[in-house]
Amino acid sequence: MSDQGFEATAAIACTVNGEPVRATVPVRQSLVDWLRHGLGLTGSHVGCEHGVCGACTVVVDGRTMRGCLLLAAQADGAVIETIEGATASGRVEALQEAFHARAALQCGFCTPGMVLTAAELLADEPSPDRPRIREALSGNYCRCTGYHAIVDAVADAAAHAVRER
Amino acid sequence: MPARSTELPLQEIGRSRPRGRTRALLAGHGRYLDDLDLPRQVHGAFLRSPVPAARIDRLDVTAARTAPGVVAVFTWDDLRAVCRPWRTVSAAFPGLQSPEQTPLAAGRVTAVGEPIALVVAASRALAEDAIELIDFAWTEQPAVGVASEALAPGAPLVHPELGSNLAWQFDAAAGDVDAAFAAAALVVEERFVFGRHTGVPLETRGILAAFDRSEARLTVWASHQMPHQLQLHLADLLDLPMSRVEVTAMDVGGGFGIKMHVYPDEIAICAAARLLARPVKFVADRLESLTSDVHAREHVIDAKLAVDGDGRLLAIDAKGLQGIGSHSVFPRSSTVETLMAMRTLGAPYALAAARAHADVVFQNKAMTGQYRSVGHPIACAVTEALVERAAALRGEDSLALRRRNYLEPGDDGCRTALGLELFDFSHAACLERLEAMLDVAGLRAQIAAARQRGEIQGLGFAAFVEMTASGSEIYGKAGVPVSAADTVQVAIEPDGSIKASASLSEIGQGITEGLIQVLADAVGVAPERIALEMGRTASGPHGGGAWASRGAAIGGEAAWQAGRALRGQVLEAAGALLQMPADTLDLVAGWVVDASGERRIEVAELARMVHFRGHEFPAGTAPQFQVAHHHRRAGDPTIPTNGIQAAWVSICRDTGLVRCLKHWVVHDCGRMLNPLLVTEQVRGGVVQGLGAALFEHCRYDAQANFLDGSLADYLVPMATEMPDIEVGHVETAYRGSVLGAKGAGEAGTCAASAAVLNAVNDALRAAGGTSIATLPLTPPLVLAALEGGSSG
Repeated sequence: MSDQGFEATAAIACTVNGEPVRATVPVRQSLVDWLRHGLGLTGSHVGCEHGVCGACTVVVDGRTMRGCLLLAAQADGAVIETIEGATASGRVEALQEAFHARAALQCGFCTPGMVLTAAELLADEPSPDRPRIREALSGNYCRCTGYHAIVDAVADAAAHAVRER
Repeated sequence: MPARSTELPLQEIGRSRPRGRTRALLAGHGRYLDDLDLPRQVHGAFLRSPVPAARIDRLDVTAARTAPGVVAVFTWDDLRAVCRPWRTVSAAFPGLQSPEQTPLAAGRVTAVGEPIALVVAASRALAEDAIELIDFAWTEQPAVGVASEALAPGAPLVHPELGSNLAWQFDAAAGDVDAAFAAAALVVEERFVFGRHTGVPLETRGILAAFDRSEARLTVWASHQMPHQLQLHLADLLDLPMSRVEVTAMDVGGGFGIKMHVYPDEIAICAAARLLARPVKFVADRLESLTSDVHAREHVIDAKLAVDGDGRLLAIDAKGLQGIGSHSVFPRSSTVETLMAMRTLGAPYALAAARAHADVVFQNKAMTGQYRSVGHPIACAVTEALVERAAALRGEDSLALRRRNYLEPGDDGCRTALGLELFDFSHAACLERLEAMLDVAGLRAQIAAARQRGEIQGLGFAAFVEMTASGSEIYGKAGVPVSAADTVQVAIEPDGSIKASASLSEIGQGITEGLIQVLADAVGVAPERIALEMGRTASGPHGGGAWASRGAAIGGEAAWQAGRALRGQVLEAAGALLQMPADTLDLVAGWVVDASGERRIEVAELARMVHFRGHEFPAGTAPQFQVAHHHRRAGDPTIPTNGIQAAWVSICRDTGLVRCLKHWVVHDCGRMLNPLLVTEQVRGGVVQGLGAALFEHCRYDAQANFLDGSLADYLVPMATEMPDIEVGHVETAYRGSVLGAKGAGEAGTCAASAAVLNAVNDALRAAGGTSIATLPLTPPLVLAALEGGSSG
């Protein structure tokens, strides 16, 4: 059942994972809810809706953002990348491989946000030490791993990238 | 390890193998509950109680029913036509009091967050809008918040019809406790206070229910640890045969014990779907999750330990109090926590006498229930804090005191003073391994140097016993329909691949990979040729799911037996075809080989024959190429595991913040199916214990109003606050199974908070402060302890 008829809406045009999108969105709908249920991009998750846990992390105009703290209507004109887009482009492949090999995820609910945040860290700082990795990931909660393996995986991916350069 | 280990054809079992499923999860292709939307789906939202205790005077939903987008509004009077109430009854808890529970409030509320009415609308947002239109009036009543006030004369009654707030009492005693304390050279005693906390799976609870009237079939997707149990209770409560109820758990975004209960809101959604005959979805928001997920571990324990002049532990004596909230959770009962907290007191040590009594009381708070390492962390913190204090007072190394007093069951096994059956243990070996890992003397010197510089640092230890993989003696004997057995089904596809299904549940712990490794070795095929499905009642056998660290110990054994039987079928078929005795053949890497190791026929070829050209087999030969094996362990109600943890902390003198510098664990879970995954289970468990020790607290005021509004209030550990965690393993195989695996999922949580508590008190002792026996160790508590010492 559609809720559109009952909601005040706004028309937006933006780019999502490289594709132009035009949509009419409820003005009160969060960006992550629209990406998930409007576009079917369910790789971004909703963990707290208060901007605390980071499961909804997406990239907006080149920086990671909380998809739960932005409205879909605010995305008008924005360039948005979700984990699906980052995966398709291959830009987070080394991190994904390291997370897989290092068992740096269990339930996987935090993982897309964690990977996007880690990718941003490595783009800014190619060789972060462990405390720096921990600090950079502190806006992304993981309830399963205890973080140690995630720190290992990010460090492994950083070392891999430095070797490849 | 017993000789058995070398007899098994192990290629995959014991290998650190990453999980196949993680590639999809990493790509954002996971399928969690809220990722599924169905045609004609509508959304549920609940009016929940804003107060801890009240009589409902008026509940008029007329205006809400006509709000934009609203499909229906339900109260208990609407749902009762298709759903019956339930009550927790368990013979394991003689005398247990627990009131009837309904999916929506029946005239009164007993906790903040209790669901009162359900609005179903075109979207969650519209449903929430309509909640505001419900005309709800109530008379607030006095509430019980503080557990220690629940049994006071004149205390308000959470359930007046029960006549008391006492839900259950635990009593156990062995040996002459009073004589032991009279004879003791040293008695240490303390009141320990544990704050409520909860599991906080990052994916909140959620359910999507659809009902087809034409077939009278209820189809449910749930983020749940045990879809088979949920199927059983839905069928019972909604009066449907289990054959007309399907439950599917897709990817589950964390469980930790939170997603293994019957929750009123989830039942209400299924009842609504039945009445509406269309799909209804509900996903708890984080506030709903914090107020209505089961909480755990609100205990006060007065405990004392008797020690003789030679440093031998004589006896432990404890009085406990647990606040379980408004109801004893269905179906397993909240009292399991007190049972385990009391029975595992002193478990690592040889004690001649022990006594434990506990009162379990109702309060106007959220229900408590089974959370990772149920009850054990309470007992571990109490026992290990007393042990370290005794060592400190004796002026000796606490590890020496532990080593002197460890209960080593030896070959015959033994019982603890409070009746736990222990066997296949390795306390001394674990301690030896720990000492090798962390260089205790070197670390102590480092800490001494830091103290010289004015820093406040401490080192703490905690030995533990964790009971795992419960058998049918636990719930079955108590009359509670909880499956402690598991079944694995295997069949061979036409290309030789193995199609398997199991009654277990994957909630991120990685048991899927472990079972695939077992099947690969048991059958003799590559793991890549095995597809294993779990979490679907429609296609999988009934069984336990994910609880009590059962996957490797029970599911692993079922997989082994199923795989061996299937291998036997393949070899029989090959033998018939090749005119060779089956017992001269073997199955290796997908090929039947003869005694010389020569490849004779590929499994894939045999499978094609079975499926398409059965007529080519000799007359009388009809290979099945499919097996179901149901494994129920005989004897041994639980499988005990053991280990030890160490925590190194520093304390900020100005803020009282505790920083974990490093953490160590040595753990013995028998044979590890996959050491990589076991190690990560331990690490994840540790951090949940560290959260309990330092941050996590479901805070209520004295009137039982809930004070945590979001994850900005309820503090989950963050990466920057957590230490590196070094994990070592000792493998003492469980002798009651072929594989020798024990449970691995909860040991990390068991002793982590105890180790940190001891480390903080070690630091405080050296800094001249007083000791702390309250968790979480909040900065104000730590500052007060620092000042308490210096001011006198």
